[in-house]
Amino acid sequence: MSDIKKFMYVNRKAPYGTVYALESLEVVLIGAAFDQDVSLAFVDDGVYQIMEGQDTTGIGMKNFSATYRALGDYEITKLYVEKESLEARGLSVEDLMELTWEDEDEDYEEKPSIILVSSAELAEVMAGQDVVLSF
Amino acid sequence: MLHTVNKSPFERNSLESCLRLSAAGSAILLFEDAVVGAVQGTKIADAVSAALSDREIYVLGPDLAARGFDQSKLIDGIQVVDYGGFVDLSVDKGTVQAWV
Amino acid sequence: MKFTIQVNEGPYQHQTADSAYQFTKAALEKGHEVFRVFFYHDGVNNATRLGLPPQDDRNITKLWADLAEKYKLDLVVCVAAAQRRGMLDENEAKRNGKDSHNIHPAFRISGLGQLIEGGIQADRLVVFGD
Repeated sequence: MSDIKKFMYVNRKAPYGTVYALESLEVVLIGAAFDQDVSLAFVDDGVYQIMEGQDTTGIGMKNFSATYRALGDYEITKLYVEKESLEARGLSVEDLMELTWEDEDEDYEEKPSIILVSSAELAEVMAGQDVVLSF
Repeated sequence: MLHTVNKSPFERNSLESCLRLSAAGSAILLFEDAVVGAVQGTKIADAVSAALSDREIYVLGPDLAARGFDQSKLIDGIQVVDYGGFVDLSVDKGTVQAWV
Repeated sequence: MKFTIQVNEGPYQHQTADSAYQFTKAALEKGHEVFRVFFYHDGVNNATRLGLPPQDDRNITKLWADLAEKYKLDLVVCVAAAQRRGMLDENEAKRNGKDSHNIHPAFRISGLGQLIEGGIQADRLVVFGD
């Protein structure tokens, strides 16, 4: 078998209301050690996971949003965000955290991790995956 | 690719999102509460019918029967499978994506 | 063909634990290999050995255990998700100073890496969730 598979983590649920976003992130971090071709997709309420300015002090829960900023350090650099999901929620990419990774092949230049895609574009990316983990 | 949907389209948007994000040529299986999406005359029946033009849609028979639906009530073109058929689809259609 | 099954919800509350079981059973009966069944999120509750469903209802933990015995299935409970929810095997209970344990012996506790490995090793990963 080929050594590297295309893994996509599909996030469709908002953070905090349920545990899925947090526990999905735990899988992503563990999975990073396996040297697969990893990407994340944020669709539907999943886009709320990467909102800028999350503050959980009032609800007594851990704010795990900073972990998304660390994904680049784990060489997870492809975060697909569906444009239609943002628009349906009155959001734009400016409402999201600025997520970047450092390209060591280009003198550690900071590059954006978020890839804004249309539904049709995301459908094509999804169709090319070997393993889809849905949360 | 095989897309699976298990929630009622009248409660969740998973079928709607699956229809929006499944590529032409893929297959969709409706099971558990999602089987109601395969029934004629609902407010989403037109969207489901439209998807049949470039995707195959299947429904899990045991879930349909459990909820009191007769197969004659299905939208034309939707095929019924049992759990073994679900397994066959996951073998034949490639990667499985669950719209949980 | 080789499958890995991921179960994300507990028994009884959601049908999806039943669906995952029915799918796994059908795959095995067709002669496919099930590399692993991985229990995550509230799915870890499938592994409780203390469940007492009414006589006339199915016992999902027992269904999994019987299937595992028949086909030598690898039923893996995510340790992080399990600990969070108070699901411990004897070793974990001892290690953490707890006075009891509740994981059925047909299941074993391990890390999330087992899920990723399942995705790599199997031809198909099939997720059952809510």
